Amino acid sequence: MRLVSAENLSKTYLLGEVEVRALREVSFSIEEGSLVSFVGPSGSGKTTLLNLIGCLDRPSGGTISVAGENPAAMSRMEKARFRGDNIGFIFQNFNLIPVLTVYENVEYPLVMVQSVAAAERRRRVGELLDAVGMTEHRDKRPDQLSGGQKQRAAIARALVAGPKLVLADEPTANLDHATAATIMSAMRDMTARLGTTFVFSTHDPRVIGEADVVHTLEDGALVASRKGGE
Amino acid sequence: MGNVFRIGARNLLRYKRRTALTVALIAVGVVFYLVFSAVSGSFKNMMVGNITDSFLGHLQVHRRGYLAAIENLPLHLNMQPGQTKKLEEALLSTEGIEAFSPRLKFGAAFSNFEETTNIRVNGVDPGKEFRTCPLLLSRIVSGSKDPGVLGRGSILVPVLIARGMGVKVGDTVVLVATNRDGSVNGKTFVVAGILESATGPGGRDGYVHIEDAREILRITGEEASEYAVRVARFDRIDAVRDRLEANLSDLKTKDGSPALMANTWQKLSPFSNIARMIDALSFFIRILLITVVLISILSVMIMAVYERVREIGTIAAIGTLPRRILSLFLAEGLLLGVTGAAAGSLVGAAVIAILNAAKIPFAFGQQDNLLLAPVIDGPEMLTTAALVIVVAVVASLQPAWKASRMEPIEALGHV
Repeated sequence: MRLVSAENLSKTYLLGEVEVRALREVSFSIEEGSLVSFVGPSGSGKTTLLNLIGCLDRPSGGTISVAGENPAAMSRMEKARFRGDNIGFIFQNFNLIPVLTVYENVEYPLVMVQSVAAAERRRRVGELLDAVGMTEHRDKRPDQLSGGQKQRAAIARALVAGPKLVLADEPTANLDHATAATIMSAMRDMTARLGTTFVFSTHDPRVIGEADVVHTLEDGALVASRKGGE
Repeated sequence: MGNVFRIGARNLLRYKRRTALTVALIAVGVVFYLVFSAVSGSFKNMMVGNITDSFLGHLQVHRRGYLAAIENLPLHLNMQPGQTKKLEEALLSTEGIEAFSPRLKFGAAFSNFEETTNIRVNGVDPGKEFRTCPLLLSRIVSGSKDPGVLGRGSILVPVLIARGMGVKVGDTVVLVATNRDGSVNGKTFVVAGILESATGPGGRDGYVHIEDAREILRITGEEASEYAVRVARFDRIDAVRDRLEANLSDLKTKDGSPALMANTWQKLSPFSNIARMIDALSFFIRILLITVVLISILSVMIMAVYERVREIGTIAAIGTLPRRILSLFLAEGLLLGVTGAAAGSLVGAAVIAILNAAKIPFAFGQQDNLLLAPVIDGPEMLTTAALVIVVAVVASLQPAWKASRMEPIEALGHV
């Protein structure tokens, strides 16, 4: 079943007085429960594409549908609600809230976005911390964690609200090879366990092999799509 | 909501030194205001109490036109016996009046048989006068302070005249006055006491028994120049004045205007201008406090938003609604305000207690034995704290609004 569907998606923006075409009529679809990778060199449009899928930006042309909804037709508030209910984010720099512990960071979407009851919060946060192997670090602040631990906490935060889709922008860019492999393994494990769809951008060949589907972008255009392992 | 405050508190503790400085600035502002308000308020209350309780009374009733000519003490503008009778009935029936005292005032020549000077004489009923102005007896610096001191044939002489003419308690003096018909009459008195001035070196008011005043002025009826009135509750003085005037409304002049006028101490004493000035100063200090709180919170919150743009982008991206982001920053401003107000109130109360314990003396006019007794009441303290908290929230509104309106994609790309 299709979770994301894009037709002739374009994005143009101004960099000073220069018009930059970040995406050029890109069409693709993403199936539920898959691990999809967008690869390509820096500036190829990966982040722009993830922003459009994540309802953080509006396309300049074409259409995109996420979980059956058209983000272009949503108000700012509706998009925020939609993201909170359907999309999880994993950032290259982890973006954990520095004043909160690991537990509180993971709990944050349930408290501030979804208003889940305390007992249910404890259960879900506990399960996810266990799943990503962060239970023993639950009371640490982000500045007390290694890069891999931060990213595992970020994965737990992205998954805690039960999103259909998790977007990860260069999730292994700041990690060493072994840690990157652990993170990718964690993502695959979550896909298998929860049926969550992971879409990540990367130009790290070490992690591309983990994907079910690999889309290659160059200068804003989708130049190739292939199944993982091919 | 508790989570919003928990996160807000953590965010404030992220920059401990800056938060401490901001809270300290607010607290200093609150302390400054509370101490100023307590000291100036106690000074004002003490002075007002001193003036009203020692000679003025809380209210005075005069015949229309008397007040405008009061410097001349015009006998022809005295209240006539019919008017004083109705006035006393009105005073007795008006709720909130504790005591009243009729006064017959006139200018006279004061002689010790060697020298002569002028004096303003207040003919009073001693019992009524001492109930209406309970501090009058305490102004006697020489002679008995017993309520019976002002019997028939006795006079309380102002210290200014007593010193100037070398008059002592027990001396015989003579008062000579011109009555309403233009004839002159005199009467000898024994000095029963020397009166300290309540307001300064210019006081020339002496006191005699009202029957002696009538005798000198050859007045036979219950005539009076003014009635001094003491109200039961000072804070309800205007309401009492209004009730009294309503009860006097049937006393009219020929042209239909009210024949008798009741005025509060503010209208009668120039000190009311000083009291108003103290109130104005207090108001400006409050404005200063508001400005301090506004600027300090605004600058801190603007910095907080600027430094956390990426963080705001992150929480917005993961679905935090704009109103939740707004509430996060408002909570920080609120916490700063509450902490500053609480710290300032505690320190302010402590400083006021220390000032009271120190028993700092000060002088007012001729009185140099007064003690500074600053008092701040609970409602005043709560109002100040509430004001600080409201201003803190208002000051946080703009930065909080800005944070809530940030586009996540732009905020996440902020460097």
